[in-house]
Amino acid sequence: MSNSNYETVIGLEIHAELNTRSKLFCNCEVAFGTDANTRTCPICLGMPGVLPVLNERAFEFALRAAVALNCEISPACSFDRKNYFYPDLPKGYQISQKYAPLGRNGYVDFEFEGETHRTRVHQIHLEEDAGKLVHADVTGNVNRSYVDLNRACVPLLEIVSEPDLRSPDEAIAYWRAVKEIIEYIDISDCNMEEGSFRCDANISLRPIGSNEFGTRTELKNKNSFQHVLAALNYEEKRQARILDEGGEIHQETLLFDLDTGRTSPMRSKEEAHDYRYFPEPDLVRTNVSPDRIEKIRTALPELPAARRERFVTEFQIPEYVAEFLTATRQMADYFDETARLSNDPKASSNWIMGDLSGLLNSAGLQIQDTEVTPIHLSELIGLIKEGTISGKIAKSVLPEVFETGKSPRQMVEEKGLAQISDSSAIETVIDQVIAENSGSAQDVRDGKKKAIGFLVGQVMRATKGKANPQMVNQILRQKLESS
Amino acid sequence: MSTITPEEVEHVANLARLEFNEEEIAEFTHQLGRILDYIGKLNELDTTDVPPTSHVLPLHNVQKADDAHPSYDRAVVLDTAPSAEEGYFEVPKVIE
Repeated sequence: MSNSNYETVIGLEIHAELNTRSKLFCNCEVAFGTDANTRTCPICLGMPGVLPVLNERAFEFALRAAVALNCEISPACSFDRKNYFYPDLPKGYQISQKYAPLGRNGYVDFEFEGETHRTRVHQIHLEEDAGKLVHADVTGNVNRSYVDLNRACVPLLEIVSEPDLRSPDEAIAYWRAVKEIIEYIDISDCNMEEGSFRCDANISLRPIGSNEFGTRTELKNKNSFQHVLAALNYEEKRQARILDEGGEIHQETLLFDLDTGRTSPMRSKEEAHDYRYFPEPDLVRTNVSPDRIEKIRTALPELPAARRERFVTEFQIPEYVAEFLTATRQMADYFDETARLSNDPKASSNWIMGDLSGLLNSAGLQIQDTEVTPIHLSELIGLIKEGTISGKIAKSVLPEVFETGKSPRQMVEEKGLAQISDSSAIETVIDQVIAENSGSAQDVRDGKKKAIGFLVGQVMRATKGKANPQMVNQILRQKLESS
Repeated sequence: MSTITPEEVEHVANLARLEFNEEEIAEFTHQLGRILDYIGKLNELDTTDVPPTSHVLPLHNVQKADDAHPSYDRAVVLDTAPSAEEGYFEVPKVIE
């Protein structure tokens, strides 16, 4: 930050839509991109007299997250109504948790600028999502808004951090770490484009050395890392400028315009912060026993930070490689399996980060979508090791496996790509190459060692790259030295 | 003695999108005050040995299986709305 008179204080509220089959309090399907208002019923429409019932899987998922984020779990957790009017909220209140949320006092450890940082989690709770508002686009009538309630009542996990983050970059690192954990424990798709993983950011500045918080502003509902980073960077500068000029920050909700790169106040819900929470009378409390928490804890998969560490120690791979390979759980699983099957972690990581990632990127696929299984990849590595194919041939086999899903061994057999390691066959080709390139052969005999490279190239060309290069080298030398 | 002020009544009315004239505010201040006083009687009770109650029903952990069932027909759903267009509920413009 350009101005060093202030310390930046940031807290994030992260929202993750849980990937349950049905909604939080009714049995409507959770679906993205379906026709508007085709996934609703009297419960999620907020009709009078209906009775919400808690989705057991949503609760289980939320518990899993609370445990993974090191929270204390409420032994008796309950729901509350948050009251406000907005057209995307059919009931006039949102069922959320205030007085006895699922988890409290957790923390997330993450790597930032080469150090482990810890951000405390104030609370983690379950709530229902609101519907979606569409403006004008539906009919072209600019005086109307349009409401789609498919998303209303979809289970939403809210993770509220303490204001422990000290820069926009650190906030993003924390957000990424939380996303990784949520993906690892498999409770949300975390699809940011579809809005199933988003965040609100609170930011304030205070004089360095001060323990009091300055007035904060809130940036709403961001679903991209870059967007939040740009918004926080802008807001950090804006607040510093106001404070420098002796001005005052107003507590308000801001919208960030990506095109202009500026924030502006959101004209909205007046008196919005008087939510008059009260206990939700339609839902009974949920007790969670220490046994259940322990069961969830032991069933948690290895989390990204632990896995990264294990990759470095167990597989002897560099930190940055481990970082890459644990970016998603699927990627980490893939590498884990390939490394074990091939018994060659280094080759496995090279292939995954190099050629395979290249193929995935150009096809716009994720590692879990490819036909190239860890079995395939380890087989390919094995084929090189046993000398059946060269590394170069392997590079041409991989795209074929990627396309067809056939095993590399089968591919090599079908295309006759196996390396020629039969010395008499290689000799025949070498004799021919020497005859056709007598000039170069003479150069080698005259001591111009470099000329042998050309002859090796000719042999490889004649055999379409299939000759075992070491053998070619060796036989060529013998022939040219003895004659 | 009233336990609620006319300002509080106005504030709550505003949150509930209700509009009252001065006479009504005075009336509701009086009525709500009486209700609060009446409920306030509970504070006289000694609850030292009574465990906190979050819910009146002797039930807990009531949950449903995570199964998706068919939703309501959209035409039926939208038919309940004052105004609908192109499969959406139509509302006065919301400024964001």
